[in-house]
Formats: sequence, structure tokens, C-alpha cells
Amino acid sequence: MRSNRILSVFLCVLMIGSMFASMASAAAPKIGLAISTLNNPFFVDLRDGALEEAKKAGLGITVADAQNDPNRQLSQVENFIQQGVNIILVNPCDSAAIVSAIKAANRAKIPVITVDRGADGGEVICHIASDNVQGGQMAGEYLAKLIGYKGKVVEIQGIPGASAARDRGKGFNEVMKKYPNIKIVARQEAGFDRAKGMTVMENILQAQPDIDGVFCHNDEMALGALRAIEAAGRLSAIKIVGFDATDDAIKAVKDGKLVATVAQKPRAMGSMAVTVAKRVLDGAKVDAFIPVPLELVAK
Amino acid sequence: MLAPRPVIDILRRYGMTFILLAMIAALSFMNPRFFSVSNFLTIMRQVAINGALAAGMTMVILTGGIDLSVGGNVALAGCFAAGALQSTGNPWIAIVVALGVGLMIGMVNGFFVSYAKLPPFIVTLATLALARGFTLVYTEGRPILVDSPIFEVIGGGFLAGVPVPVLIVAVVYLIVGFVLNRTKFGRLVYAIGGNEQACRLSGVNVERTKMLVYVWCGLLAGLSSVILSARLLSAQPTAGTGYELDAIAAVILGGTSLSGGEGGVGGTLVGAFIIGVLANGLNLLNVSPFYQDVAKGAVILAAVLMDKAFHSTADAR
Repeated sequence: MRSNRILSVFLCVLMIGSMFASMASAAAPKIGLAISTLNNPFFVDLRDGALEEAKKAGLGITVADAQNDPNRQLSQVENFIQQGVNIILVNPCDSAAIVSAIKAANRAKIPVITVDRGADGGEVICHIASDNVQGGQMAGEYLAKLIGYKGKVVEIQGIPGASAARDRGKGFNEVMKKYPNIKIVARQEAGFDRAKGMTVMENILQAQPDIDGVFCHNDEMALGALRAIEAAGRLSAIKIVGFDATDDAIKAVKDGKLVATVAQKPRAMGSMAVTVAKRVLDGAKVDAFIPVPLELVAK
Repeated sequence: MLAPRPVIDILRRYGMTFILLAMIAALSFMNPRFFSVSNFLTIMRQVAINGALAAGMTMVILTGGIDLSVGGNVALAGCFAAGALQSTGNPWIAIVVALGVGLMIGMVNGFFVSYAKLPPFIVTLATLALARGFTLVYTEGRPILVDSPIFEVIGGGFLAGVPVPVLIVAVVYLIVGFVLNRTKFGRLVYAIGGNEQACRLSGVNVERTKMLVYVWCGLLAGLSSVILSARLLSAQPTAGTGYELDAIAAVILGGTSLSGGEGGVGGTLVGAFIIGVLANGLNLLNVSPFYQDVAKGAVILAAVLMDKAFHSTADAR
């Protein structure tokens, strides 16, 4: 008897609570933002961008940090569903593990947007991530300008088949094709790895007496190539462009050793995610993929 | 029709060396820039790291064991050394730290393999994961700068026209060759690989010998980490990924039997060069990355097949 009474009181409280909750959400639509980890400045910036934009747009937003644990992220998304958020923005810890969380949101008819990292399944309204193709184009344009739109260029590629390698290479090569006086004399792969970037560049330096520019699909390989070029005493003749804007690479750009690197803009990514979420909540149609522009970092 | 006996003996003994020379000849023909002093120095410098690892691996494989932890060892030793360099500013302390970390991982491997009697494949797979994990914990995933003139000399210097890493590894091969061929310890290494039970029955301290073999391998991995971080002037948390496989491939190409007891460090050097020349040649010929792995696999398989053919012709006599 007694326990029944407690239970009914509890249920009443719950009902009243959920009434208030639904009233609150009717007043201001609520966004649930599930982030893979805040132990990484990149995602902290992403969160800040989202918070700022939500404040500007007058939207409520709740942030959950999964600390890189896919399991924790799943329960956080489930909590969002329980809380009755209107839209979920998720930056998955793991593209495969997030699928069950997305399906749960789909069943609850809550739209899902993925940010930075995509999902392998479930219904996702929109994916927002850096535009690697555009980044490759920017790197290509800058390098072409620096070498006077003519000369011999080397492309050091990432892991064959990886999406970053594919997209960055695609953008770069689109630009190179525009300039008939630029010849790509070597296209070799160095697995996004610094040591491999160095050995591959050493070998290319042996094969190519004249090189004017090098584009590497990431900064690690660019820094490896830099070591090889420095050791060969050819840095004054060769311009190197990297990608990712890691701390080491930004330092090398400042020291004038790399001419440029390409930076992602996590803050813009966060605010873009909230802007798109607002459009979805307003009932507008959005593209399946929305690229976030990148930024060239040069001296 | 069979070739005369001496020819077959030479083929049997130096089959892989001939295959290496044939590769060099073919690559020189395909790209004249391949055949130059500076390119050979480049290849030697690049082979140095895998060469040092493969020398230690040869000893382990000669006893019938395997060491999968060397790649992780290179990363951990390199990052600890770079950390020591940053905090003390003394490159010699950093080098001692690198060698010490390598030695310790070797001791752990050796202890579990010889005294705890666990299979080397499992033990070293576990220490590989441990070393990789500790490296990431220690570095938080970030590379560490190596800023020291001594390291610059080790990685990029020349002595009498020969790159310093090449000299270091040449000394390693002389020492390991001497130990394997001219000392009691060396004979025990071969004997244990040949028949461990017989060794034990005849009163050999098998445990101690096996332990030492892993210590050697770990120590040489520590040395490789010094060369690697000296070449890059930075210690990478993901350094050495897959290096264990290159080292094992060099040993096997060099004619050392995976079941132990047969082979030697001279062959391993040839094996390491086959791998290095191939990677260099593929870059020089600007072969598409999509085809490079195909080429690598095919050449390794062809080399082993040809070597086996030489052997069986000789055995048929």
C-alpha cells in the first residue's frame, strides 16, 4: 500500500515535471549537442561556436561530453531523447558505434545532424564537416601563385583510399590542371606519417633535380619532407605546403620553413551546425552535406 | 641440364645477394638517376633503422622466437628520450634513456618468454600494445621536439663521406656478427633454435640465453629509436608503426628460418637492402601508390621463390 502511494506521488511529480519540460520546449526549441571529447581544443572551439550561435538565435542548447567513450555517448543521446530535445547534433566518437543512438532518435522522430565525423547508418538529415576539396584547392592556388604559375611540383599523398587523401588530392589536382606550365613530376604516398614523408621525399629528391613546390596531404608528411629537403640543402628552392595546421606546422610556417598550411575552423563548424539546426526546426530543406570552409595559414 | 657444383653452391649461398644485384641493375636501367653515389647513400641511410631492428630480430628468430614489440619499443624509447632531452638538455642522457627503455622492454619480453614459458608471439604482441599505449599516455598524442646538435649529427652527419647512421649500423652488424659466429653465446643461440630440448638435456642454460636474445633485440630497438628521432629531429608518438613486419621480412628474405637454428645476420642485411632498394626504386620510378603494395608483395614472393629454387637445385645434387 505504502509503496503504491509513494509510486503514485512519484508519477505525479514526473508528469508535472514533463509538462513543464514540454512547456519550456514549446517556448524555445532545444538542441542536444553530443560531443566526442572536450579534452581536445578542436572540439572545445566547436562547442564554443555552437553555444555562441545558439545564444544569438535564442535557442536552448545542452552539451554532453562523451570523453571519447562511444558507450557513454549512446546513453547521452538516449538522455537527450528522454529530455525531449527538438534536434540532436552529434559529433560521433565512432562512426559505427553511433548508429544505434541515431536509430533511437529516428524512432523518437527527432532529427539528427552529424558534425565533423559522419555516421555509418541511421537517418541523418545533414552532415557538416570541413571541405577538404576546397582546402586542397586553396593549397594548390597558393602554391601555384608562389612559384609563378610554372614549374615542377611534387604531391605527397596520404593513405590511398582514405577520404582526407582523396578529397585533398582532388582539390589540389583540379587547380594544378588549370595551369599548363605546372608539371606534377611525382605523386607518391607516405601514409600521413612523418618518418615516411621524410624517406619518400629523400627518394624523390634523388629522382628530381628540379623541384619548385611540394604539397603534402597533411602536416606530418610536410614536416618529414621538410627534414629531407633541409638535409639536401634545397629548402631555398622548394616551397612546401602542408595541411591541418598542427602546432609544429604553424611554428614551421612562422619560421619560414613551410610556406603554408591549411586550418580547419572548428568554431565555424559549431556555429554552422546550430544555424543548420535552426533551419531544420523552421521546416526548411537542407543539403545532405554542408561543407565548412577552411582557412590558409601563411606567414 | 645441371650447372657445375661450385656454381650451384654459390647460388645457394648468395642467391639473395644476386637477386638484390639484379634489382639494382634493373632499376639503374629503368632510371639512370637510381645509379648514383648520392642515391646509394640515401638508400643506406634509410635502411639503417630497419637494419638495426632486423639484426636484433635475427637473433630472436634464430632461437625460434619472434619479437613483435620492436615498433612500439621504437616509439616509447624515442619519446622518453626526447622527453629526457627536453627536461635535462643533455643529449647523452637522452641516448642512455632510449637504450635503457629498449633494454627494459627486451628484459620484460625475455622474462615472460624464457622464465614464464609463454609463447613469444603472445608476449611480444602484448608488450607491443603496452609500449604503444604508454607512448600515447606519455605524449598525449603529440610529437616531441628533439633540439640538439648531437642528434643532428647522429641523424644527418657524415664521417669520412659516410652518413653517421650507416656507420652506427655497420658497427652493429660487426658486433652482432661477431657475437653470433665467434662466441659461445652465439653458438648456443643456433643450438637452441636447432633443438631446444637437446640443449636443455645437455645442461645448457636455455632460459638465460633466450632472455639475453630478447634483451639484445630490445636494446637495438632503443638504438633505432635514437637514429629515427635524430633523422626527424622529433619523436613521434606513432613512430615505428609496422616496423616489426619490415624487420621480420628482412630476416626471412635473408634466409633465416622462422623455425630457428639456421641463417645469419649477413643475409639479414641483404634482406633489409632488398626492402630498402625496392621502396626507393618505386619512388624514383614514380609508380602509382595504388600499385606499390602490389609490386612489393610480388617482389618479396618472387625473391623467396627464386631463393628456394636455388636451394632445391643444390639439394637435388
